[in-house]
Amino acid sequence: MITILDIGMNHETAPVELRECIAREPGNSSLALSSMRELPAIREGLFLSTCNRVEALCITEHPQEAQQAVISLISRLGNVPEFDFSSSLFAFEDGEAVRHIFRVASSLDSMVVGEPQILGQIKDAYYDATREKTSGVILNRLLHKAFHVAKRVRTETGVSDAAVSISYAAVELAKKIFYNLEGKKVLLIGAGEMAELAARHLVNQGVSAISVANRTFERAVQVAEIFNGAPVSFEEIMNQLLEVDIVISSTASTEYVILQEQVKGLMRKRRNRPLFFIDIAVPRDVEPRVNDLDNVYLYDIDDLKGVIDVNMAQRQQEAVKAERIVEEEVIKFEKWLKTLAVVPTIVSLKEKAETIRRTEIKKSLSGLGNLSASQLRSLENLTASITEKIIHDPILVLKKKADRPTRDTYIDMMRKLFKLDLDNEETE
Amino acid sequence: MMAPLLFKVTLFLILLAAAGFIVYMVKQQKAVYTWSYRILLLSFIFHTVYLGQRYYTLGVQPIIGIKAALCFFSWAIVGVYLIFHLKFKLMILGSFIAPFAAFLMIIASAIPEGKVIVEPVFKSLWLTFHVIMSFLGDGMFAVAFIAAIMYLIQERQIKKKRLGSFYTRLPSLETLDKINYYSLMYGFPFLTIGMVIGAIYAQYALGSYWRWDPKEVWSLITWLFYAALLHGRVSMGWRGRRAAIMSIIAFLILLFSFIGASLWLSDYHSFKNLEGGTAV
Repeated sequence: MITILDIGMNHETAPVELRECIAREPGNSSLALSSMRELPAIREGLFLSTCNRVEALCITEHPQEAQQAVISLISRLGNVPEFDFSSSLFAFEDGEAVRHIFRVASSLDSMVVGEPQILGQIKDAYYDATREKTSGVILNRLLHKAFHVAKRVRTETGVSDAAVSISYAAVELAKKIFYNLEGKKVLLIGAGEMAELAARHLVNQGVSAISVANRTFERAVQVAEIFNGAPVSFEEIMNQLLEVDIVISSTASTEYVILQEQVKGLMRKRRNRPLFFIDIAVPRDVEPRVNDLDNVYLYDIDDLKGVIDVNMAQRQQEAVKAERIVEEEVIKFEKWLKTLAVVPTIVSLKEKAETIRRTEIKKSLSGLGNLSASQLRSLENLTASITEKIIHDPILVLKKKADRPTRDTYIDMMRKLFKLDLDNEETE
Repeated sequence: MMAPLLFKVTLFLILLAAAGFIVYMVKQQKAVYTWSYRILLLSFIFHTVYLGQRYYTLGVQPIIGIKAALCFFSWAIVGVYLIFHLKFKLMILGSFIAPFAAFLMIIASAIPEGKVIVEPVFKSLWLTFHVIMSFLGDGMFAVAFIAAIMYLIQERQIKKKRLGSFYTRLPSLETLDKINYYSLMYGFPFLTIGMVIGAIYAQYALGSYWRWDPKEVWSLITWLFYAALLHGRVSMGWRGRRAAIMSIIAFLILLFSFIGASLWLSDYHSFKNLEGGTAV
């Protein structure tokens, strides 16, 4: 009996010190795959290792042995004694394993539900498995289904729609104001860690120029260097505001750095080009009334948190929908898996019928005299369609019973009625 | 008679497309969009054939009577949308345009077809161009109007920091502002040329370029308003909210001069007169 087995650990079951032990080595994945290929208990295998999870997915006929083998493999790879991590492991079998891999691919099992990287990581792991030739019929289908489920979840639910980090929410907002961030200019006022992170996100979106203003000019120079930007002095801010499109402010100042009056005066000179203030300083740097000006948008830290809270709640809601999709696909896959059990019987039934047909034709041919080519063809067609029609209904019954509890009885009956097993023994 | 059947098919298809576009807006399924777009395209083809057939049988541009005018307006809006779609590829725009065009068609279908009397004076290429140019301009302004409404919805959500379900569905402010801008930019020359041709035609048909007819006056007001709006945008840097509100007001004036002035105020330009075939 074939079993799908998934053993590993993720961000919920294991602490980061443990996960990083195994994820650290870059060559681990192909090493793991080649050792899995050597193991007799494992028929097909896949090894997934990211910063949040390490797991091995395998197809086996001896689940106990396979499990033990995988655990000792992980222990060797990470150079950790088995005893240290055995309590952090999860192990899923069959339907559970299928559900698990579907959920992982759809990013429902991720630390940040809906994050998009995991699908790419699974695809890479699968690519490695095909390259190392450790994936076979079942894993191929399972993984393709997993990609399919992930795609369905992505398109049919909003699980990965909304941003759930401050800096990312800011970027999303910027995109709703400017559409394309390519060629846009950013000014950082004050250079805290979070401002740097937001700036990095913006650069990834194609922002063309970054200037940095800071009370201590030295720090401005430092941060500007990171982004290939220009350091500017604090007195230049007003001039900068004429040029830039997005301002990220995070100074330690206890008073407003930017006042409504100042911005109001600028807008005319800017020809009303939109200006987006992201104020992540506490206390705030930008006077809240700035938001009342036309074409000026101001989000402070609380506004951004509000956006994230809404998004989080939305993701949770969408996750319910996603779980339903996963469940649906698990049922479909299990059905397919069960048909696998009847396939060998169907194949041997077909083979037996074909062998009988050939022998009988050979026997009769001598008695039929000289047949023309077209007569011979008719004879072939006739016998073939008779055998086909006779075994057609039994095969249909077997396929129908594939996902019923009585399946094994039917398989057994079929093998006895048609004497399939004896047949095999004779030919062997 | 072919025409009523073609009209009904067009009406049915455009309603179907509008419903599809609305479902798309709610459900966000791309397949729904693709089919709605195809149906809209099909309805546009039927619409074109219908208008062509009318043109052929009447021998003049089929805008005699308010029914025909609305029908033609709807055609122009969908046509402009389809052209804009090639540039902006904005799926959600259809969810606003298609219902609007369908709405015009419903009104058109509710108005009984009056007895159409074609005066010989209508049979002029000048009239054809006058109508086509004006309506293309109107169609573009309708798109500008709809983009402006979308802009105001989106802007409000971002300003109030309540990012509702429209927030994700609607495009960025800059995109909407651009659509508004380009529709005005392209629409204005069409309207201008349409009006100039109309004046030339009036000279040729009625003996004077300008007769201070209410429809003419209101059209002039509309034109001036759009001219001011465009001037504001191009040389004074108006944009965003203010430009959006202005283009909504301008379009309402346009609608008034299109329907109101024609129905109740106009002298010779009126649909009533044209329908009745009284002296032009």
